[in-house]
Amino acid sequence: MHTKSLKKQNKELANAQRHLEILSNGIFSDQELPTFAKKIEETGQFPLRPKKLEVLQINLGYMCNQVCEHCHVDAGPDRKEIMTKKTMLQCLEVIKNTNATTLDLTGGAPEMNPNFRWFVDEASKTGIKDFIVRSNLTIIRANKKYYDLPNFFKKYNIHIVSSMPHWTRGKTDKQRGSGVFDKSIKALQDLNSLGYGMPNSNLKLDLVYNPSGAFLPGDQVSMERDFKNALLEDFGIQFHNLFTITNLPVSRFLDYLIASENYEDYMYSLVDAYNPSAVQNVMCTNTISVSWDGYLYDCDFNQMLKLKVASSVKHISEYNEEVLNNRTIITSQHCYGCTAGAGSSCQGTVIPASAGIS
Amino acid sequence: MGDNTYYDPKDLRKFGKITEWNEELGTKFFDYYGKVFEEGALTAREKSLIALAVSHVVKCPYCIDAYTKDGLQKGITKEEMMEAVHVGAAIESGATLVHGVQMMNKYDKLSM
Repeated sequence: MHTKSLKKQNKELANAQRHLEILSNGIFSDQELPTFAKKIEETGQFPLRPKKLEVLQINLGYMCNQVCEHCHVDAGPDRKEIMTKKTMLQCLEVIKNTNATTLDLTGGAPEMNPNFRWFVDEASKTGIKDFIVRSNLTIIRANKKYYDLPNFFKKYNIHIVSSMPHWTRGKTDKQRGSGVFDKSIKALQDLNSLGYGMPNSNLKLDLVYNPSGAFLPGDQVSMERDFKNALLEDFGIQFHNLFTITNLPVSRFLDYLIASENYEDYMYSLVDAYNPSAVQNVMCTNTISVSWDGYLYDCDFNQMLKLKVASSVKHISEYNEEVLNNRTIITSQHCYGCTAGAGSSCQGTVIPASAGIS
Repeated sequence: MGDNTYYDPKDLRKFGKITEWNEELGTKFFDYYGKVFEEGALTAREKSLIALAVSHVVKCPYCIDAYTKDGLQKGITKEEMMEAVHVGAAIESGATLVHGVQMMNKYDKLSM
């Protein structure tokens, strides 16, 4: 189990440039597998361009109380990149004027940003329709100062999206750290007691499932059914939706794939499962990702690869939605992770179950 | 391939290529195969566990790799997987042992 970030350990994959080299070499430069650009060109979908902006995703910092094995952010307690109040003020100006209907706060653990509560209070005044906080659940029990977070979330009608890799203790702790399962269960029970995740409740509680290993997620509908049955039967826990998310070969997950000699097989799995209809709805077509230091990216993964948007507007301080929407989306081979099977995004699959492929 | 072995895990990736040498039969097989594993009266999860058990009984290393991974993708636990393998093993050993009756019959017939 990791205790330090790749960055702190000075690992090769803490370097974004090295990532991009790995993702372009070997099986892709040998033409054993087609590059992502070549693949989407087959169906006339290259270059990838944005549609209407719906989601503004803001990364409040890479600091986290956990060091998860699969984390594409390489987040952890030793990461010092935290959004400043100055950048937050710039974000608020954008939130007031954006056409996006969803504000999605992520990290790290976004709650660890010292100005988190102030920012939520200010942002909620803009009347954004869907206000998401990606909370890892254990943060609520990590320190006394976070104990009242569930009530804080309720006060602002925050839509909580939380990771839960499995309904069994062993699998969860292996991916996310010892004790994470029990703490997550306790946090979910606390949220349920406030009304979060209950049937017909307006307090939305969704869970995210990432596979804990070198394999793709199963069918979202069946997994949601299995998660719901198991969590209700074993712990009396309820939640709204399960989002299945494919692990992209970025950062710690790529490090794991290479170290466990699963990289080539995993890339084959992604390319084999390539689904051209998922390309139409990949999240970079309706999302802008803002990093802790205010730069703009096509998605959270491109942020980690330091691939800033291909636009004259590159920073939140110069934000212009119209100009941004005229950009071309930057892709590399990691993008196969979002187009495998029924597709993958921060909101789960991108193709409705009835239209999915086997 | 420089290694002197009959099985190479990478060959599983090439399974689809059997169609290149007989398109009609290959295509029919993969269509049939895909259809079999769709949700039906049995769930895709149940079918995956049956496939895993049969993979062990027919001792197909490609199939074991494929259906262990498939099980993980479907959220099947290792306890469920091992129980499925035991079901296969029980049937296989039962199939051996039930022939013991034939042996007993023959023995009795030949003995005075």
